[in-house]
Amino acid sequence: MPVYIARKLAFFLLAVLAASIAIFLLIRGAGGNVAAVILGKDATAEAINALAQQYGLDRPLFVQYFDWIGNLLQGDLGRSFRTNEPVTDLVVSRLSISIPLCVSGLILGLVIAIPAGTYSALNSDKPLGAVIALLSQVGIAVPVFWAGILLSLLFGVRLGWLPTGGWTNWDVSFWGAVRSLVLPVISLGLILGASLTRYVRSAVLDVMNQDYVRTARATGMTRMQALLQVGLRNAALPIATVVGLQIAELIGGTVIIETVFSLPGLSRMILANVAAREVIVVQSTVMLIIIFVMFINLIVDLLYGVLDPRVRLAR
Amino acid sequence: MTTPPAIEVKNLTVGYEDLNAVRGVSFTLPAGGRMGLVGESGSGKSMTALALMGLLPAGWEAHGEVLHDGVNLVTETDKALSSRRGRTISMVFQDPMSSLNPVRRVGDQIADVIHRHNKVSRRDAMRQAVDLMVQMNLPRPDQLARSYPHQISGGQKQRIMIAMALACYPQLIIADEPTTALDVTVQKQVLRLLNAATRERNSALLMITHDLPVIAAMCDTVAVMYAGRIVEYGPVQDVFRNPRHHYTRGLLDSQPTMDNIALDGSSRLVSIPGMVPPLQRLPSGCAFNPRCPAATEKCRTEMPELGPNGAACWHPVGAVQVVEA
Repeated sequence: MPVYIARKLAFFLLAVLAASIAIFLLIRGAGGNVAAVILGKDATAEAINALAQQYGLDRPLFVQYFDWIGNLLQGDLGRSFRTNEPVTDLVVSRLSISIPLCVSGLILGLVIAIPAGTYSALNSDKPLGAVIALLSQVGIAVPVFWAGILLSLLFGVRLGWLPTGGWTNWDVSFWGAVRSLVLPVISLGLILGASLTRYVRSAVLDVMNQDYVRTARATGMTRMQALLQVGLRNAALPIATVVGLQIAELIGGTVIIETVFSLPGLSRMILANVAAREVIVVQSTVMLIIIFVMFINLIVDLLYGVLDPRVRLAR
Repeated sequence: MTTPPAIEVKNLTVGYEDLNAVRGVSFTLPAGGRMGLVGESGSGKSMTALALMGLLPAGWEAHGEVLHDGVNLVTETDKALSSRRGRTISMVFQDPMSSLNPVRRVGDQIADVIHRHNKVSRRDAMRQAVDLMVQMNLPRPDQLARSYPHQISGGQKQRIMIAMALACYPQLIIADEPTTALDVTVQKQVLRLLNAATRERNSALLMITHDLPVIAAMCDTVAVMYAGRIVEYGPVQDVFRNPRHHYTRGLLDSQPTMDNIALDGSSRLVSIPGMVPPLQRLPSGCAFNPRCPAATEKCRTEMPELGPNGAACWHPVGAVQVVEA
């Protein structure tokens, strides 16, 4: 296991490094003169030079890269060109919305998908099993923004139980913040849960037909024991893989849901900063999201090692 | 008082919707007895075994009586059967590669069976599991017990499976082609082990195979199945020396021996013409009639039952052929 962890960690660090180079080159290298991009096409040459000097944009690219990475490692994401605010402060307050949203959405998706997928795998001949399979298909077809709007119409406008959008900060009112997140989390969780249900269903179906489940039954496990102790434990392997792959989709869904529910989360911040040509802010926050996705994938990989001795002990 | 038989099967039928893979099979295996069940693929021998275990695939149903330990297994609930499986009746499957849980250590998998059916601590169950592994002639059992299935060989996996099946001293062990998936070199070792270990425990053995010499070496009685029915049944010596059913005769003739193998390549192996009929299109009368050299009109219309000579045949081998008008 230690070898496995070390290998996965090394891979994670390498991937982050490669991603940082790619992002840096895409944003800095491809855009031509960054200072000119920031100031727009009406800027004078003097203004452009002044800005370039102030932020060190006239230095060689690799110096700028190491400067950026060095600061990133110290938790300094740079400053906004316009407001001169430190990006780190902006990001931290945004993350207090985006991370709970994303993680709760994922958890809700799993809480829906694991029982629903398992049930429909074992009861495909019963009405409820077919209904679950149908609902899962519908959920896959429904775009996440539409689910958000419908939920908001029902619970926000019609019933008035929950806010239709907007954000109450955690330090203002904890429950207020939770209330602002309920509908966005449900929208994300339902849609993610729908597609995961299908994977869980096929994973459980596959595993329950394996010879080792028959062996478990032949040595005295009831159907339920075989499912819980042998079936789900083995089905966890393909499910973990799929969850890892769905993370990127989840982040995409978060961007949309933050917009639908007017949540001032990280992804909305990126969209606003792209429009405002805040090169440094965009570069650093995109990097953060990439690190987040890779980190979740690292966790899935490590989980895979815990779940499957064949992975853990492979050389 | 005589000991009740390990298993008594009466008129067992196993089917999926209106297709029957097993059609009225009856046999008795006395306590500690050893019976072979032979037949081609598709003859219904594996379905018979799964029906005895109550482990038929979804949609399949068994009818008839399977008396074991005072109950009819066919009518038992799944929960009641679960408390018997692995304890009074157990099974060794064909493919050890896929029959062990890939994410659990093999020692734990044996200990699980012991722990499930006996009032022993986890630690004692593990100790017994390692003991069993010693009896299975597994090398370095302490270390091997901590291995996962993918780390050990096929022969070792099948020994682990046998250890699991024997763990609770069952009255009956069903072995469904236990060596088919193994290398020829380890087949004999595994069979010898299965033979000795079941005899030591006085467990009855139902050996399913199409390997006739294996049955001759290990069993007292043999039942030959064809198209879901037992077509010949009797003591191994009688059946193999003096087959009465033409199908048994064909099976024996198609075994390679030193006499009928030509080392120069011009093989003189006999084979039974034709194929096992699909369940949807079983011939009327004796199901073997289209392939039988002795078939007459009667064979095409009337189904023979097992006779006192042990064969379900209108014109048994060696009998005077009566030409009908």
